[in-house]
Amino acid sequence: MKIQLELGRLMTKRKISTKQQKRPLYDNPVSKWIDKRLPIFTFIRHSLDEYPTPKNLNWLWNGGSLAGITLLIMIISGITLAMHYNPDPADAFNSVERIMRDVNYGWLVRYIHVNGASFFFILVYLHMFRSMYYGSYKSPRELLWIVGVLILLLMMATAFMGYVLPWGQMSFWGAKVITNLFSAIPFVGDSIVHWLLGGNNVAAPTLHRFFALHYLLPFLIVAFVAIHLICLHQFGSNNPSGVEVKKAQDQIPFHPYYTVKDLYGLAIYLLVFSLFVFFAPNFFGEAVNYNPANPLVTPPHIVPEWYFLPFYAILRSIPDKLGGVLGMFGAVSVLFFLPWLDRSKIKSAAYRPMFRPLFWVFILNCIILGWVGAKPPEGWYLIVGRVSTLYYFAHFLVVLPVVGWMERPLTPPASISDHYKQKHKRQKK
Amino acid sequence: MTKKKKSENLHTRRDFLKLTAGAVGSVGAISAVWPFMDSMNPAADTLAQASVEVNLNEIPEGSAKTVLWQGTPIFVRHRTPKEIQEAEDTPLTQMIDPETDKARIQRPEWLVVVGVCTHLGCVPLGQKPTEPRGEYGGWLCPCHGSQFDTSGRVCRGPAPTNLPIPPYKFIDENTIRIGATDD
Repeated sequence: MKIQLELGRLMTKRKISTKQQKRPLYDNPVSKWIDKRLPIFTFIRHSLDEYPTPKNLNWLWNGGSLAGITLLIMIISGITLAMHYNPDPADAFNSVERIMRDVNYGWLVRYIHVNGASFFFILVYLHMFRSMYYGSYKSPRELLWIVGVLILLLMMATAFMGYVLPWGQMSFWGAKVITNLFSAIPFVGDSIVHWLLGGNNVAAPTLHRFFALHYLLPFLIVAFVAIHLICLHQFGSNNPSGVEVKKAQDQIPFHPYYTVKDLYGLAIYLLVFSLFVFFAPNFFGEAVNYNPANPLVTPPHIVPEWYFLPFYAILRSIPDKLGGVLGMFGAVSVLFFLPWLDRSKIKSAAYRPMFRPLFWVFILNCIILGWVGAKPPEGWYLIVGRVSTLYYFAHFLVVLPVVGWMERPLTPPASISDHYKQKHKRQKK
Repeated sequence: MTKKKKSENLHTRRDFLKLTAGAVGSVGAISAVWPFMDSMNPAADTLAQASVEVNLNEIPEGSAKTVLWQGTPIFVRHRTPKEIQEAEDTPLTQMIDPETDKARIQRPEWLVVVGVCTHLGCVPLGQKPTEPRGEYGGWLCPCHGSQFDTSGRVCRGPAPTNLPIPPYKFIDENTIRIGATDD
């Protein structure tokens, strides 16, 4: 509150946006009447106009708004597809082909939805790596991070069930393998699998419930995104310096500065997205999935979608059924504890000479895991996969705590403004 | 900024950029919305079900058959000479929606009408011999009591207009095709 008041005073003083200050969003009597009873305009103004944001954010801070917009695109295209899709094993595959061939612009809507899923994961993974590099999960933003990991889990469940719907070979066998993961649970495993499938095998009851849940979960994600935003607005965005806001000069209003930056990022993003939708729509897909599901024949090589490959590699690297399953779920669950595993008080990797190279090693390791996940589990792939799996967990459970304790960090700038000035000077030269 | 001081009404470069960017953005947004809207229009395979053929040998004199054309019931009725006479004799002045019987048929013994009441879309009774045909010998709508004569013309409300005639043609003596008539 104090900061905001100060900021307001400062802005009038420096005449940054006197026009903006005088322009209430609820000037006319109708808006005034509504706002008094439902403060919607005050809310919009508070979260856009008045929301103070660090002035040194780089392009990696575009990821959140882009992911949000992608969620919206997924919901709109998904609802459109649901109008034409039939979740019955006898007709599911055909109804998707009908969307591709007969429904007006059905090919476009489906390719938007299919590629949107991949882009959603690209953005969210970038968003997470950004948080890891700049220590955005550290106090006081631990819960913001945890809600984010919950969103990732919901996304994974949604994406998995969505992939089953076209009822191709990979849909069917993916569903079969993933639901059978639960059979690793001692004693109750088989009962759980039966409960999940609604029968002995992946069949009509499974497809129907996956469709229902695939429709439901995105709205849960929307709810969690709202919680994510409430958490974010509590302390505001982290920034590349990792230093918290100290004075009013550290911040600028979100609108118009970051709305414009987000819109610019959106324009570039949509161009890249369109490139895939229109020119390489099946780039992320598996050709096998254009064969209708056949419960009698397993395809020779089963791979999940690319965004699950690192986790799939971990599953296969552990030579024990239960161990592999625990490893795979553990790989996501360990993220919940990240804010406490990283012992360093310094947020940004820019001032952590030991952590910074190790961060890139971690990224490389994730890429290796993804690469191994796409290869058959044999020979060298198996060995590389095991080493990478070990390192993945070591990064969180050993490297981060030890580095935080051993490292002698550089001195971060005294304030965001100082960081901004340093950067600006460098660029001028 | 100095320019703005000279004349408050003068539009700035920023106003121009805002307007043009906004206009281009709006065009983009609308073009992006269109495919989603259009996907709800009838699909190609739905439109392909445009015509249906009816074998008239199956319909003896005095009876009728209901066929489905593009999801809509079509009444094909084999009229008796008495029914034809009645339809031709009814004075136009008594009708709600005046139309001659001649204008509604291609061959007098065959009446083809869309079997959907023009009031609120119910399917009128009268196709089967066991069903009531109303006072005018045609059809009776069970929903709100509209009555039609043996030419499918409305004789008692609340239906405002006669049962429409679908496009159809005789492709031989005993077969009609409802729908696409241009080939």
